[in-house]
Amino acid sequence: MSNDLEELSSKAAAEIEGATDPRVLEQMRVDLLGKKGRVTELLKQLGGMAPEQRKAFGEQVNRVKETLSAALERKAQQLGDAELARKLASETIDVTLPGRGEDVGALHPVTRTIRRIERIFNSMGFESVQGPEIEDDWHNFQALNIPESHPARAMQDTFYALDGSRLLRTHTSPVQIRTMKQRKPPIRIICPGRVYRVDFDRTHSPMFHQVEGLYVAENVGLADLKHDLMRFLSLFFERDAEVLFRPSYFPFVEPGADVHMRWGDRWLELLGCGVVHPNVLSAVGIDPERYTGYAFGMGVERLAMLRYGVDDLRLFFNNDLRFLEQFR
Amino acid sequence: MKISENWLREWVNPPVSATALAEKLNLAGLECEAEPLTPDMPSGVVVGRILKAEPHPQADRLRVCDVDAGTGEILKIVCGAANARAGILVPAALPGSRLPGGKEIGAAVLRGVESAGMLCSASELGLAEKSEGLLEFDSDARPGTPIEKHLALSDNLLNLELTPNRGDCLSIAGLAREVAALYSLPAKAPTIRPAVVSALPSKDVIVEDAVGCPHYVGRVVTKLNPKARTPDWMRERLRRSGIRAIHPVVDITNYVLLELGQPMHGFDCARLAGPVRVRRARTGEKLALLNEQTIELVPADLLITDDNGPLVLAGVMGGAASGVSETTTQIFLEAACFDPVSVATSGRRHKLLSDSRYRFERGVDPALQRRALERATQLVEQICGGEAGPIVEVGRAPQYATTIRLRHSRVERLLGCPVPVREVPVLLGRLGIETQAEDAGAWRARVPTHRYDLRIEADLVEEVGRLYGYERIPARAYAASLVPFSTPETQRPLDVLKDSLVARGYQEVVTYSFVDPKLQAQLNPGAPSVALDNPIAETMAVMRTTLWSGLLPVWLYNRQRQQKRARLFECGAAYFPDGSGTRETQKLAGLVAGSALPEQWGSKPERAADFFDVKADLVALLGSSAADFSFERSEHAALHPGRCARILRDGQPVGWLGALHPRLAQTLDVGDALLLFEVDAEAMCAAQLPKPGPVSEFPSSRRDLALVLKEDVTAQQLVAVTRAAGGPLLKSVHIFDMYHGPGLEEGFKSMALGLIFQDYSRTLNVEEIDAAVGEVTASVSAQLGASVRG
Repeated sequence: MSNDLEELSSKAAAEIEGATDPRVLEQMRVDLLGKKGRVTELLKQLGGMAPEQRKAFGEQVNRVKETLSAALERKAQQLGDAELARKLASETIDVTLPGRGEDVGALHPVTRTIRRIERIFNSMGFESVQGPEIEDDWHNFQALNIPESHPARAMQDTFYALDGSRLLRTHTSPVQIRTMKQRKPPIRIICPGRVYRVDFDRTHSPMFHQVEGLYVAENVGLADLKHDLMRFLSLFFERDAEVLFRPSYFPFVEPGADVHMRWGDRWLELLGCGVVHPNVLSAVGIDPERYTGYAFGMGVERLAMLRYGVDDLRLFFNNDLRFLEQFR
Repeated sequence: MKISENWLREWVNPPVSATALAEKLNLAGLECEAEPLTPDMPSGVVVGRILKAEPHPQADRLRVCDVDAGTGEILKIVCGAANARAGILVPAALPGSRLPGGKEIGAAVLRGVESAGMLCSASELGLAEKSEGLLEFDSDARPGTPIEKHLALSDNLLNLELTPNRGDCLSIAGLAREVAALYSLPAKAPTIRPAVVSALPSKDVIVEDAVGCPHYVGRVVTKLNPKARTPDWMRERLRRSGIRAIHPVVDITNYVLLELGQPMHGFDCARLAGPVRVRRARTGEKLALLNEQTIELVPADLLITDDNGPLVLAGVMGGAASGVSETTTQIFLEAACFDPVSVATSGRRHKLLSDSRYRFERGVDPALQRRALERATQLVEQICGGEAGPIVEVGRAPQYATTIRLRHSRVERLLGCPVPVREVPVLLGRLGIETQAEDAGAWRARVPTHRYDLRIEADLVEEVGRLYGYERIPARAYAASLVPFSTPETQRPLDVLKDSLVARGYQEVVTYSFVDPKLQAQLNPGAPSVALDNPIAETMAVMRTTLWSGLLPVWLYNRQRQQKRARLFECGAAYFPDGSGTRETQKLAGLVAGSALPEQWGSKPERAADFFDVKADLVALLGSSAADFSFERSEHAALHPGRCARILRDGQPVGWLGALHPRLAQTLDVGDALLLFEVDAEAMCAAQLPKPGPVSEFPSSRRDLALVLKEDVTAQQLVAVTRAAGGPLLKSVHIFDMYHGPGLEEGFKSMALGLIFQDYSRTLNVEEIDAAVGEVTASVSAQLGASVRG
């Protein structure tokens, strides 16, 4: 290789390596490899050379061209990367700043608890059913084997309206009555909703929520009830619930029971239940000899209080946002 | 009912602690708690006899008593009680003794006189809430006896909360029967010997209403000692059940009530005229009761009367005029069985509570009366002396409550588990229910008179289950097949709408269904609501006709607690009068207050939420049904007249959206720019099954159109005319700008439309699009007077 060519090559290579500005680098490319670039000019000399010389020189020039071209490209890439890196660095944000837009709300803990109860019973084949909250005496009491003057009426102090001809339901049991009148067994329903009793203090609210359940079929007994409620309580509280069934009395069931659950070192009474009283089945036109059933009822607020460790019933109805927002 | 454990154990004595006994009763369905009678037992207090009581030399109100407290010497004790007098036996707290509450008693000098301890009242000993004067003991109490021994204070109280069906356990006898059955022990009862009857004139008894009073027994007892005093043992037992000793005859009837469960009444014979008559009340009759209340009777009230009129509201409460007093020497004792419904109805009507009513409305053993009368006579003779006359009886005590056929198959079916056939008669036998095999697997069960709550086969099954033990009934997993169910897809669950609102920043609240009638009248003036007959408070007196009646107070409550912003919703019923009844409609309602977005960095200065923010939230809930809904300017008393929309679905009104009327906002002090919506949940939930059309492969073209229109032309009109004119190629129209102000004539506004054109089979050419835009400009100009803004 001629000394000139070698000198050109090494000098150019050093210049390229030293370039710091993409525009300078581009100018170098033009100066070297452009149409009138120095390397391009050398190639043009080939035409006037002897064939052997032309071949050798041509090969040398082409090698230099390739080397420089590669060096230029490498350098351009390098400078481009550096520039991008600088640009991106300048775009850095504080990722710890809060996001923008609307916050999320929350369901009321009562709704949240009812939903949880519903989902569990839905998975056990119970359908959710609704009914009116302003009821008449027949649906709320008489059909449930609670005749006028029954002492059990004193257990549930009742709100009346329209000169006593209507009342605010004291339990969601009237929904069971309405459903049994409409459908034929097998019936497997739960009835969530608002209920009302004349009672107002730290531990009683004049309005609260219940979920009642009913299963009527040809062969339903206390043993089925035990199974289903134990399953429910275990699923609801997400633990192996230790459950106690104690004989109790509700006019619409016989035999009747209270369900207690071990809670620390105490037994907590959680719900009432029993085998549907034959008078109730007769009242809705279901043959109590052919069909039997079970029914249960639970207070939603009570379950919510236990589940979430809320110790004051009034919190549910004050609707203080600082309380409700914690259920997001 | 509270009752002494020691008393119960005289009847039946299972070898277990009080706590274990209470637990056993609990498991058998009788809610029971055992608590120590005297958790803070006094010590060192003994019976003392006051030998002499002389005035204190230095103090008018004090006395210096010589007391024999069994110590062998006479103690001088200074005392301030008015009843301190020679001869009585009283509690003496000697030096070194300790009273409840921790008070230590020592020798003290009171106004210059040394006192060797203190004489005590009942309240100082923790035996009464309050008391006057010194507690006095029986005259045969022995000085020096520790009072805890004399009064047998080492006892537990059994506190029973019985379900209404177990009235049979509201006595020592009843409870003992139950405990005996649970532990398979015999129950002992005190011997009741029929009184030796003197030849006395008996009182005539006439029962006019055998349904109200199926069984009545009574007798005269004469020659009572009017100075007789109820003995300490009986006073203590009554006290443990919360009954104050009043008069020996009253105390004895109360004692028999506790012991046997039979409410009784003692009349002063001197105050009775003519025969005792059980009848219903006559219109206009009145009765002055023992509790100093006078009631006006109604014809359904069952009474005990004499020739002068009403004496007792049967089974509920006695009259003031005919009762015993400190001068009574001749009594007429009554033990009767009254109809539970009659007693309950009268008791409720006159709002009277009594131990008697409590028992009668739960039912009293119809065969108990004679025994109770003999027992009371025995006690009267023992305490007051006297001679008993013959028993007058009207009606008859039944032998059995009822007879029920019980099938073994039914036992197993209702309990859901096998129960050995031999066990059934054994278990029932423990309850005094006699069984007789009828045919294979069935019995005839004779129910004793005290178990009047057992009426049908299922009742007996419960008794079998109870004694067999609920804990022995296994949990049985489903054998029945599930019946799958699902809601129609065209019925969007309310839960989904609630979740959408939550995702858009709304907080659900739950408010009372009964609201303040004044607030509701401001929100829905003139609209009738369902009023409660017995509201719990004036502000909770009517059923809500709009959920806003609950939402506004919630916002006010939170605003008063420094909240600046809220997005609230509630889902529930609104209640309306409807003919002679009521109608309920499920509503979804919301309230928005404060800024459109929570305060945050990097956004423009806070803008208050407006109508359109809330409208977007509502429309977002509607999903594919949004096209069925429209918003039409309207007026609502609670809403800003210019910012109020009626929401329609398929032209039918289904709700409201608007800003709270500023005047109302001021009155209620709920701040500015409050937005409210309320929609029928049913209308929101009805949905359509999605029917997706083809998606075009060809590019769309957009043309923007700025139009100048009169202010009163609505966006809905503009979009409708545009759509109609744009033809089939016009795929969508949206408003992307809106302008009022400089550059426009007064009364005009500018609206900018974005029009998207597209076809499914080809790319549209400019001419076609120009032609369609031309149609749009021509139509909006012709129909709405719009001009293209240059």
